[in-house]
Amino acid sequence: MSARVTLAVAARVLTQLRRDHRTMAMLLLLPALLVVLLWWMFSDADPGAFDRVGPALLAIFPFTVMFLVTSVTTLRERTGGTMERLMVLPTARLDLLGGYALAFGLVAVVQSLVTVLVSAGPLGLEIAGPLWMLVLVAVVDALLGTALGLFVSAFARSEFQAVQFMPAVVVPQLLLCGLFVPRDALPPVLGAVSDALPLSYAVDAMRSLSTTTGTGEAWRDLAVVAGFVLAAVGLGAATLRRRTA
Amino acid sequence: MLPGLDLRLGHGVTGLLGPSGGGKSTLMRALVGSQVVDSGSVRVLGHPAGSRAVRARVGYATQAAGVYDDLSVAENLAFFARVLGVGADEVDRVLEVVHLTAHRGDVVRRLSGGQRGRVGLAVALLGRPPLLVLDEPTVGLDPVLRARLWDRFHDLAADGAAVLVSSHVMDEAERCDRLLLMREGRLVADDSPAGLLGRTGARSIEEAFLALVEEGR
Repeated sequence: MSARVTLAVAARVLTQLRRDHRTMAMLLLLPALLVVLLWWMFSDADPGAFDRVGPALLAIFPFTVMFLVTSVTTLRERTGGTMERLMVLPTARLDLLGGYALAFGLVAVVQSLVTVLVSAGPLGLEIAGPLWMLVLVAVVDALLGTALGLFVSAFARSEFQAVQFMPAVVVPQLLLCGLFVPRDALPPVLGAVSDALPLSYAVDAMRSLSTTTGTGEAWRDLAVVAGFVLAAVGLGAATLRRRTA
Repeated sequence: MLPGLDLRLGHGVTGLLGPSGGGKSTLMRALVGSQVVDSGSVRVLGHPAGSRAVRARVGYATQAAGVYDDLSVAENLAFFARVLGVGADEVDRVLEVVHLTAHRGDVVRRLSGGQRGRVGLAVALLGRPPLLVLDEPTVGLDPVLRARLWDRFHDLAADGAAVLVSSHVMDEAERCDRLLLMREGRLVADDSPAGLLGRTGARSIEEAFLALVEEGR
């Protein structure tokens, strides 16, 4: 692994994003706008609901957005011939993965800062724990999306197919993460499935950070998410083939 | 894929010719180490093809260009230069070689097909690699530019590089120091252009190629 190559990949991914103003705006502003929509939706009927649902969304957005962006970006690398070129150059697979993680991690920091500040500031979302830790959970969660997106891009032949992986990989996690039905109230089988899905832990971490000042539980949940990130990076690395038939 | 192929490449410009689907690209991918090789060994500059030791020393360009459409020409080259660890001055040099200096600020997506291919070729030239593997680098180029590029290939060979260029255009064959004719995964000839013409009594490389194919039946 080489820091020079990793940084080159990260800088290149960020340059590509910078040139794509529309994607950049969507990445940075869309999650915050959706949180505003949610707050507005509950504002008359049940103002307390925003405090219950809001924290879960802080976990769901970075994961979903980065999953989509990474799966399409890496699919382009695979189909456009740049992946083959990088693989015949002195690029280690971890340089490529690290570069992507660095670039999208940085975007996730800014995205989470905007979303958390908008939620906790003007929208008055009750957050008992430290704000910086919410951002940290969001970033690790975004890296999870990046790693999973990279992994599934190996199974897509076109951008159309890559986008179809969103409902397959993200929506079940969204349904079972405790947003709609509390995780302990799920039927036993689904509860067990929920326990095996990474997004559940990210949502749990956001929940405990917003309701309690203690961070012990959040750190434990965050460690589980980080474990999933490492596993997904391993799977992603296995799909980067230097030699193909 | 390429049964019984035994081949040594040396300095100079070697042309790899033959019809599409004849195994030219497969052979080239085996040389750069991106092709799964079932049996046999491929060694490049004294090391196994695609091994860490030689990856920075083999320049490879394909018809697919393999560059980022949403970056400018200069940004693409600067990125690959950083990956290779060569200086930024290399970017200016290779742009000059492929005649794209005037387009350095253009986003690749807006370039023509031929210009896009030349960006890929420029990437392959970064760092003056001692082996260049160029898969149909002159497709879609006008005759003037094609002649220019062939001159450059000879310049590179004169500097000591081994240059392997594939083409399915037979008139390019005459510009090579050595010719490999490939058909259906087999090497049907390995000779200099003059040697090939002498051996077959043909007036053009195209005729010689047809004669050799007939002979092999």
